[in-house]
Amino acid sequence: MKIRVSYSKLGKIRFTGHRDVAHMWERSLRKAGIAVAMSVGFTPRPKMAFGLALPTGAESLVELIDITLDPASGVTADQLDSIADRLSTSLPVGMSVTGIRECAGTEVSLQEGVVATTWIMLVAEPDGGPDIASAIERVNNSAEVLLSRERKGEKHLDNIRPGILELRSADAELMSSLPADWIGESVGHAIVAVLTTSGRGIRPTELVEVLVPESDPPINPWDHLNRVLRINQWIERDGERVDVLTGRAAHTSVSA
Amino acid sequence: MTSLWSRLEPLLARVRKPARYIGCEDGAIVPQHGHGKVAWLLAYPDVYEVGLPNQGLQILYEILNERPDAVAERTYAPWVDLEALMRERGIPLFSVDSHRAAEDFDILAFNLSSELVFTNLLNMVDLAGVPVRAELRSPTDPIVMIGGHAAFNPEPMADFIDVAVLGEGEEVIGEITEVVREWKASGRTEGSRLAVLKALAQIPGVYVPSLYGVEYDGDHIREIKPLYAGVPERVMKRTVSDLGDWDYPRNPLAPITEVVHDRLAVEVFRGCTRGCRFCQAGMITRPVRERPAEQVRSMIVDGLQRTGYNEVSLTSLSTADFSGIESVISSIVPDPTACGAPTVSLPSLRVDAFTVGLAAKVAGGRRSGLTFAPEAGTWRLRTVINKLITEEDLYGAVESAFASGWSRAKLYFLTGLPTETDIDTQGIIDLAAGCVAVGKRHTGRANVTVSIGGFVPKSHTPFQWFGQNSVPELRRKIGLVRDAATKTKGVNVKWHDPSASLAEGLASRGDRRIGAVIERVWRDGGVFQEWSEYFKLDRWLDAMAAEGLSPDFYITRHRDEKEILPWHHLSAGLHQDFLWQDWRASLNEFGLEDCRWTPCYDCGVCTGDGLEHIVASPIPPAGGSQGTGQDLSRGGITPVTLRSKSSVGAS
Repeated sequence: MKIRVSYSKLGKIRFTGHRDVAHMWERSLRKAGIAVAMSVGFTPRPKMAFGLALPTGAESLVELIDITLDPASGVTADQLDSIADRLSTSLPVGMSVTGIRECAGTEVSLQEGVVATTWIMLVAEPDGGPDIASAIERVNNSAEVLLSRERKGEKHLDNIRPGILELRSADAELMSSLPADWIGESVGHAIVAVLTTSGRGIRPTELVEVLVPESDPPINPWDHLNRVLRINQWIERDGERVDVLTGRAAHTSVSA
Repeated sequence: MTSLWSRLEPLLARVRKPARYIGCEDGAIVPQHGHGKVAWLLAYPDVYEVGLPNQGLQILYEILNERPDAVAERTYAPWVDLEALMRERGIPLFSVDSHRAAEDFDILAFNLSSELVFTNLLNMVDLAGVPVRAELRSPTDPIVMIGGHAAFNPEPMADFIDVAVLGEGEEVIGEITEVVREWKASGRTEGSRLAVLKALAQIPGVYVPSLYGVEYDGDHIREIKPLYAGVPERVMKRTVSDLGDWDYPRNPLAPITEVVHDRLAVEVFRGCTRGCRFCQAGMITRPVRERPAEQVRSMIVDGLQRTGYNEVSLTSLSTADFSGIESVISSIVPDPTACGAPTVSLPSLRVDAFTVGLAAKVAGGRRSGLTFAPEAGTWRLRTVINKLITEEDLYGAVESAFASGWSRAKLYFLTGLPTETDIDTQGIIDLAAGCVAVGKRHTGRANVTVSIGGFVPKSHTPFQWFGQNSVPELRRKIGLVRDAATKTKGVNVKWHDPSASLAEGLASRGDRRIGAVIERVWRDGGVFQEWSEYFKLDRWLDAMAAEGLSPDFYITRHRDEKEILPWHHLSAGLHQDFLWQDWRASLNEFGLEDCRWTPCYDCGVCTGDGLEHIVASPIPPAGGSQGTGQDLSRGGITPVTLRSKSSVGAS
């Protein structure tokens, strides 16, 4: 059986990288006594496929992983809740399972399928420059938003506007739906952004670069980005964005 | 006592590998500070990835936290990027467990596994907001303590540390906790620092440099003596008599980011009596104390379950010598767990076919490469260093390795050894070429990598009297090996530039006057000296010159029997007579057998400390000749005299 699991990554643990998380999963599955199918070859690896990498320093409620269970273990669908509990216990502090379901072999892989993700970002208001609310308005009213990015060692000026699918200030209802300890520690202007992940994709730090005034030397986006939390990952189905785990459409709910 | 986390947090996304600073490991404790508890900050003066796996630190962390009167947290050297931000913002050194400031702890205890980290210790003490020089500390400052192998000659650090602990820490940390607890209870009043240091000096194994005076006669030491009545003249190392009583770590730390040695480690025995004369670890950790095989097995099973690792390293100074090695491996390897059998790794392999058989058993399908350490290129030189591996042993091991499917072997050598001539140096490539020839019989891809390091003589070894080769001489010898290798098919050479060996030599056998050099190098920015990108030889030479000290006197000069060495008042249990005789035997090319299976030659450790070897098997392991029934009659015919330094190449 293949399972699709979503999990949170909150607090101190957000400073670990994508490779670190892969190692944590391998160890946590073994600690939980969950037998994973192994690849064949000289160095058999557990069959796990991770979703999009979460930038080091960013938090999430909806990280994704597909795991192929060892067929010999005979796990059935009604045991998935217990598997989720065992995994949450075994994962490090700050990580726990937020959703689990069986995943058909025909489903498109996470890496290929996910087209956009939704972020909550707490951005410090810049000194002296236009405030974040005005910057959001400017971006929304522009057909073109240029950002200098490096590709193969060369600087390119990219128009990232088409990749910014939604951008607005977060309302109180949304903020109150977030984990209490997350929002309690954080300051800054809360924004919601739906950013494309297809092609080059747009990182939250890149969005910050276009929201705060340019400076020389260039800004470090992390000086402005106090916290950033991924709350949804989307795939496209029949021209509509739907949640990759639950299949719910974009307008029904934002948090998993 | 507040957490510095809120001040650190905004910095972490801006530095490299921020997971170094967050703690959160499996096995980490939630520290319970409290009134009357002695708070230890266990510090490793190198980056987290290097320090986290350190077993000594993990063991003490767990033992201290089990005590009702102690609490222990950990800290590692912040990398230069975070350090710059910390200094800019006035954030002090912090613990990774609860992000408390270092100054909130009573004891700042450093684990020193190498001399090249000395400058990092100064940097961390300074980052802690504690005066770097011990004499300037007040009763409110923590006690700065060192332990570990590089603490066996603490004299170069005498100005900066309050206490050095010699030997194994399992028992002595409790005794230290009790003394410091009393000091805390008394209110740490003005002037009480000297009193607590005097009380600590009463504990066996605890050395307080400030309670001793060193008198010089020109460059040489005339006398080292206690400055106060009741302070012991000689400090003996501590040794745990039975490793079976200390099954730690019971709750090993499994990191959440990549570290060196990223696997479970289970120590199968401590101490080694192979008697390699260059090896400080072997000399200072005697006698041999094996862990009961059953305990090894249960530590492996529990450790794998707790951490989720599927790889275990069986650690010791020579794991194939463990009496229970075969039974432990057979019981672990075929044991099918949920996700397949765990992998076993065997560091420190002995050079013989039996050992290769073990390696083949644990390697499964992987055949990446096998490493052997003959250390010297000729049998003559190997009798000098007492690494008694014959060519037949090595070729037998290599034959067995290539026959079992390996196609690469790595051979470790030292250069700059006592009595070494260019014939010995050339012998390195001859041996490597011989191994390639053996390998070619099995696979056309056979190749051998020679890894060569410059030898640095260490305190408490028979080579403590030997004048280290100069940096140019080491470079020349490494050059000989490299040149010879270019003409030899299938042999590659790896080497490190030997310039850091000068600093290591200086710190390894230096006296208290070297402290000023270490401080200068640190103030000049010389941190992370084990990292070649941060090591600059000129920094050390300039600091020596500024202090008017001679590199030759400290590093390249041979010492004689009468000289009072800087660690004269410190003992690893070895009789000075034994070390001197072993040094003479070395020059006469006489090998010495392994005393765990042969009669005692009274090195002093067991007899002096009421200890004995704990070895489950009364007979040596099968196969191979090292230390066991080998023909030691070869050699010893022509007594060798050490050449004067003028003939030991350019210096």
